[in-house]
Amino acid sequence: MFGKLTLEALKHGLVETIGQLVVLGSASAVIIALFYFKRWRWLWDEWITTVDAKRIGIMYILLSLAMVARGFIDALMLRGQQAVAVGDNVGFLNGEHFSQIFTAHGVIMIFFVAMPLMFGLLNLVVPLQIGARDVAFPFLNSMSFWLTAAGAMLINCSLVVGQFAATGWLGYPPLSELQYSPGVGVDYYIWALQIAGVGTLLSGINFLVTIIKMRAPGMKLMRMPIFVWTSLGSMALVIFAFPILTATLALLSLDRTMGMHFFTTDLGGNAMMYVNLIWAWGHPEVYILILPAFGIFSEIVPVFAQKKLFGYVSMVIATLLIVVMSFLVWLHHFFTMGAGADVNAFFGIATMAIAIPTGVKVFNWLFTMFRGRIVFPTPMLWFLGFITTFMLGGMSGVLMSVPGVDFQFHNSLFLVAHFHNMIIGGVLFGFFAGLTYWFPKIFGFTLNERLGKWAFWLWLVGFCTAFIPLYILGIMGMTRRLSSIGTSTEWHSLLVVAAIGACIIALALAFQALQLIVSIIQRHHNVAPRDSWNGRTLEWSTPSPVPFYNFAIIPRIAGRDAFWIMKQAGLNHASTQYEDIVMPKNTGMGFIIAACSFAFGFAMVWHIWWLVVLALLAIFICVVARSFGEDIEYTVPAAEIARIEHGLRKLV
Amino acid sequence: MNEHTNDRVPFGFWVYLMSDCVLFAALFATYAVLRGETFGGPSGAELFSLPFVLAETIILLVSSATIGLAMLAAHHKKKKEVIILLLATFALGCAFLAMEVSEFAQFVREGHGWQQSAFLSSFFTLVGTHGLHIFLGSLWMLVLLFHLLYKGLTPGTRSKLMCLTLFWHFLDIVWIFIFTFVYLFALL
Repeated sequence: MFGKLTLEALKHGLVETIGQLVVLGSASAVIIALFYFKRWRWLWDEWITTVDAKRIGIMYILLSLAMVARGFIDALMLRGQQAVAVGDNVGFLNGEHFSQIFTAHGVIMIFFVAMPLMFGLLNLVVPLQIGARDVAFPFLNSMSFWLTAAGAMLINCSLVVGQFAATGWLGYPPLSELQYSPGVGVDYYIWALQIAGVGTLLSGINFLVTIIKMRAPGMKLMRMPIFVWTSLGSMALVIFAFPILTATLALLSLDRTMGMHFFTTDLGGNAMMYVNLIWAWGHPEVYILILPAFGIFSEIVPVFAQKKLFGYVSMVIATLLIVVMSFLVWLHHFFTMGAGADVNAFFGIATMAIAIPTGVKVFNWLFTMFRGRIVFPTPMLWFLGFITTFMLGGMSGVLMSVPGVDFQFHNSLFLVAHFHNMIIGGVLFGFFAGLTYWFPKIFGFTLNERLGKWAFWLWLVGFCTAFIPLYILGIMGMTRRLSSIGTSTEWHSLLVVAAIGACIIALALAFQALQLIVSIIQRHHNVAPRDSWNGRTLEWSTPSPVPFYNFAIIPRIAGRDAFWIMKQAGLNHASTQYEDIVMPKNTGMGFIIAACSFAFGFAMVWHIWWLVVLALLAIFICVVARSFGEDIEYTVPAAEIARIEHGLRKLV
Repeated sequence: MNEHTNDRVPFGFWVYLMSDCVLFAALFATYAVLRGETFGGPSGAELFSLPFVLAETIILLVSSATIGLAMLAAHHKKKKEVIILLLATFALGCAFLAMEVSEFAQFVREGHGWQQSAFLSSFFTLVGTHGLHIFLGSLWMLVLLFHLLYKGLTPGTRSKLMCLTLFWHFLDIVWIFIFTFVYLFALL
C-alpha cells in the first residue's frame, strides 16, 4: 500500500530528531497563525493564485529566505563538527549524518536559495526594465514558482520522513547507485531536483520570450539595460543546460529503479559519463547564477557613480562570450579523471580564456567609477565588497585552471574556499545589492541604511574569516568533506578560525533580519519616492510600490538609460491619456499542478506506485482543463487606471 | 487571448523544442558512449531488423505529411479536413507506437531487456524517450480534436495546432537521427 514507506522512516538520531521537530514545528506554527488570524482566504486570493510577476518574485525571495535558514544551519553544523572533531573527539555528528548535511547544504544553497533569489529578482525587475506589464506567460510563471517550491518541500520532507542523500551535492555514482546508497536519500535528491528543474526550465523559456517579444516600443536590443542582457544570457543558459541535468538525473533514477546500467560498476556502465554529463550542466549553472549578479552591479555602479556605464557594448559582448564559453570548460572540474594531456590542456586554456570577458566587466565597472561622483549607500558597499572578494576568488580559479596545479588542489579545501568565494562574494553579494537597491521600488519604503551597513561589514569580515583559512588548509593538504581529523595534521586551529567566521556570518544574517524588521516597523517614515536613487532605467519611472499593471501608459524608448533621457527631456509621466488594460486573471492551477507534482515525487521516492499513477493522471487532467479555459483575462477600464494613477500621484 | 499571445506561444514553444533537442542530444551522447558496451549480450547488429524499422520510419514520415496537410487545411479554414487529417495522423502515431512496443516486447521476451547491458539500457532509454514523446503528442492530438469539435478553428486552436505540428515534425527529425545512428549504423 505505501511502498517502502513504514514507520521506521520516522525514527532518527538525536540531532536529526531536533531537525524533524523544527520542520514540523515551523510548519504547524504557520498553519496555526493562518487559522488564528483568519488569513487562509487572503493567502489563496492574493498570493497562491496570483499571476503577477512582482508577487511571484516576492514569493521566490521568501522561499529563498526560508531555505537559507536551513542551508545556513547546515553550514554551522559542518563548521562546528570540523572545529571539535579532532583526535579522540568524534564530535556531535556521525559520518553518515555529516555526509547528509554537506549534501543538503550544497543542494539547498544552489537550487533553493541562489536560484529562487535570482528568479525572484528577475520577476521583480525584468518586466519593469523593458517596459512590459507582465511576463510572456503569467500562468506558466506561477506554475514555475510552485514547482520550485514543491521541490524545496520535498527536500524538507526528507528531514522528517526517511533521510537525505549522503553523496555530495552532485550525487556522483557509483556511490549514488542502489548498491552503495540503498536508502531513499538519493531518490529524494533526484525528484526534488527534477521537479524544481522543470520549474526552472519553464521560467527560462518564459523570461527569454518576455525579453525577446515584450520590450516597449523603441527599446532595441542594444538599448536594453545590462541587467536585462545578462538575464537574457542566463536564461539562454537555463534553456540549454537544464535539459542535460534532467536527462542525467533521469538516467540515474533508471539505474536505481529499473535496474539499468548507465553508471553502475558492472555490465558496461560508465560512472565517469555521469560526471561529464552533470558538469556539462553544472558549469553553465554557475554562470546562470553569476550573470544576473553582474547585471545588477552594472545597474548599480552607474547610478551611484552618477555617470553612464563605461563600455556598454563591450559589456554586452562579454556577456555573450561568457554564455558561449561556459559550455566549453566543464572538464576542469575533473582534470584528475585522466583524459590525457591534450584534453586537459584544451579545457585548461578555455578556463583561463573565460576569465577574459569577466575581466572586461571588472574594468568596465572600475572605469565607470573613475571620475564619477561616487556615493556609498549599502548597494554600493556590496559592490565594493564584491569586487575585492571576487577578484580573490577569480584569481584562485585561474590558478586552478592549470591542470598540473589542479592535481594538487583537487577535492581539497582550497577548492571549497574558491567556489564559496565565487558564490558568496560574487552571486550572494550581488543579489544582496540588488535586493537593497530594488526594495523601495517593490515595497514603497527603503531599508534601514545603518543596520544594512552593519550587516555588510559583518558579512565581509565573517566571509574572510570563514574562508581564507580554508584556502590555507587546502594548501596544507586537507581534503573536503572530512567528518573528523587526526591531531597530527595541525589543521585544528585554522578550522576553529573558520568556525568563528561562520559565527560572524550568523551575526550578519541576524543584522539583515533586524534590518528588515526595523524597516517594516518604520515604513511610514522611510516612504520611498518614485525615483529613490536618481535612477537611469525604466523601473524608476513607475510609482513605488508599483501598481499591478506596472505602466499605466507603455513608455516610448528613445535610447539607453531610458528614464534618464526622459528626465533630461522633462517628459516625466506627463501624459494622462489612459487606455483600457488587459490583465491575466488569477488561477490556482499552477499551485494544484505543483501539489500533484509533489505527491508524484514523494510517491516515486517511496515506490508508492498507485499514487504515482494518480498524481500523473491529476496533472494531465489539470493541464487539459487549463487548455479549455477561455476566460483567462480581464480588462481594467481606463477610468479605473486614471483613478489609481491620480491617487498615486497625490502620495508621491 | 489577444493576437500578441498567439504570436508568443509558438515562439515560446519553439524555444521549448530547442531545450528538448538538448535533452535528446544528451541521450544520443550517452548512447554513443555505451553502444559498444554489450558485455556479453547481443549487439545492435544481432538484434535489429531493417525492414521493420524502415516500416516504422515510413509510417512516421507519412504522419508528418498528414499533420502538415492539416495545418494547410487550417489555413484554408477547412475544419472538417483538419479533423480528418488529424485523425489520420493519430492513427499513424498509434501504429508507430504499436510497432515500437512490439519490438521492445520481442527483445525482452528473448531475454535482452534493459538490465542486460549498458548498450541495451541506453538503447531502450533513447528510443523509449522518443516513443514517450510520440505517446504524449498523440494524447495532445486527442485533446486538440476535442478543442476543434467544441470551438472550431479559432485563433486559439490554430495556435495550438501550430505548436503540435512543430512538435510532431521535431519528433520526426529526432527519429531520422535515431534511424540513422542507432539502426543504420548498427546494421550497415
